[in-house]
Amino acid sequence: MIRFESATKQYPDGTLAVDALDLVAPSGQITVLVGPSGCGKTTSLRMINRMIDATSGRILLDDQDVASVDPARLRRGIGYVIQHAGLFPHRTIIDNIASVPLMLGRSKKEARAGAMELLERVGLDPRFAQRYPAQLSGGQQQRVGVARALAADPPVMLMDEPFSAVDPVVREQLQDEFLRLQSDLGKTIVFVTHDIDEAIKLGDQVAVLRVGGRLAQMATPAELLSNPVDDFVANFVGRDRGYRALGFESVTALPLESEPTVSLDSSFTAAEKAAVDGWVLVLDGERRPQGWLAVADGPSATGDTISTATLRRGGTVAERDGTYRAVLDAALSSPTGRGVIVGPDGTFAGTINASRVVALIEARAEAPR
Amino acid sequence: MIGQVFSWLTDSAHWTDTPIDTGIATQLLAHIRFSLIAVGIAAAIALPLGLLIGHTRRATFLVAGANALRSLPSVGLLVLLTVLIAPHFYGRTDIGYVIPTEIVLVLLAVPPILSNTYAGVDNVSPAVTDAAKGMGMTERQILFGVELPCSLPLIFSGLRSATLQVIATATIASFVPLGGLGRFIYDGLQQQDYPQMISGGVLVAALAMAADLLLALIQRSVVSRGLSGRFSRAVVVTSTSERTEVEAG
Repeated sequence: MIRFESATKQYPDGTLAVDALDLVAPSGQITVLVGPSGCGKTTSLRMINRMIDATSGRILLDDQDVASVDPARLRRGIGYVIQHAGLFPHRTIIDNIASVPLMLGRSKKEARAGAMELLERVGLDPRFAQRYPAQLSGGQQQRVGVARALAADPPVMLMDEPFSAVDPVVREQLQDEFLRLQSDLGKTIVFVTHDIDEAIKLGDQVAVLRVGGRLAQMATPAELLSNPVDDFVANFVGRDRGYRALGFESVTALPLESEPTVSLDSSFTAAEKAAVDGWVLVLDGERRPQGWLAVADGPSATGDTISTATLRRGGTVAERDGTYRAVLDAALSSPTGRGVIVGPDGTFAGTINASRVVALIEARAEAPR
Repeated sequence: MIGQVFSWLTDSAHWTDTPIDTGIATQLLAHIRFSLIAVGIAAAIALPLGLLIGHTRRATFLVAGANALRSLPSVGLLVLLTVLIAPHFYGRTDIGYVIPTEIVLVLLAVPPILSNTYAGVDNVSPAVTDAAKGMGMTERQILFGVELPCSLPLIFSGLRSATLQVIATATIASFVPLGGLGRFIYDGLQQQDYPQMISGGVLVAALAMAADLLLALIQRSVVSRGLSGRFSRAVVVTSTSERTEVEAG
């Protein structure tokens, strides 16, 4: 268990990074510190392993004041994972993972055997063992970073935005595997992120910090969503939440408008004739949307044909049975206000405007469940 | 002219000492000795200093200050120092000339080694040192276990450029009455014996290239493949149990 007792960090210029923080991170659970930048979440984390020393108050690790322990010794007993992994570029993956056990005086053979086990545990092929960090992708490096922090089997892990620097797909994988790993290991974890979605997903409890280093609310994810304690928390938790939630719901029976279209090789005159409100949708030979043609842009320089250079290709295209979010985005991003919807094979199906999508969303909200 | 230089260099009489003339072999050794001493002293000063400045990020002005030394004119400084120092040494010793020469060469060699060592440590990713500290490494372990090995590519490039400069400039030892390959250049100039003069230049260039090659080989064996990028790129996985790795380079 990690206990902050009015822990404070004040810099010499008077800035309060962390202001009298009281917080308990229970054993065997994931406690997430989340908040906007400048809220002191990283500072709070780094005070636990004394990368930063508190100016007043104290931090107890299993009832022992961390200030009374030699920093290097303290840190060897605490796993530490940071944003860019920070792997040693001159050491092989296996030697990176074995770093702490070797420092603790274990034999090379023993340390390497343990490292090999961990390598597989974090989902990496054993053949990575003899490679160097530069040969690994960001996500793979981050896995090695986690393995390295676990190598000495510390009861406590500190993780500072460990998944922020990888792309969203890999991040989700890493999060899922991290949760699976934690369900096996049951470490006491303090996890810092600026991403409320990540906090909600990973945390057994979430501490929301406000700028100036004060705790705004400490609660379980469900409680945080349903019962934010004040406007700050509500704003932070609720930011884009409604819109983002639409990304998890698929649309059904989308009422599409028919839309006059022309193909790429048709004449400009034909396109001009077909246009509605000065716009016409251009399809390729396989009826896949290419972009919107503005009649005002005129024909191409070479004659009575459609100029591909002036096609507006900015709008997103949504699938007919995609999510509300994708459909709404297609409508909002279309230069004509008419969102382009395609079938599963990518061929044009019809258009829908934003107000129709919103009406669908409202109807869905009002429908009894 | 090329033929004359070639025959001058391949004339065995020029390689051995005679009662009047000192041969190529002896002067080559003298040249190597001057250069080794200068680079050795410079490295002994600049390496620890560069590591320390890079690690603590204090006194970085010393790096800029050392770089300013590069603008000193070597021959002028040599003459000045010789005038100041040589009179203090009497008798049948050339130490009064060796000291000024080595000072000039050391001043030339310190800046590249110092600034590259500093840059090497400074360039180590903050994430790496943060992780090192966070896992419980002491400052000493971070310096020697992480920062030094990660700086080696830049340190070597500093050492190599210092060595090249020193070998090229060590010819000025012959400007004060000392040996070295510069002897042939100055003598050739004086006697209008241009094949000899050019041969001296060719020998200096050959020595510089040989030294650089030697250092490159040492660098190759000392610097981690993870830093130099010399690792196998093509990896063919045939099945989960059977793996074939194709080593490149």
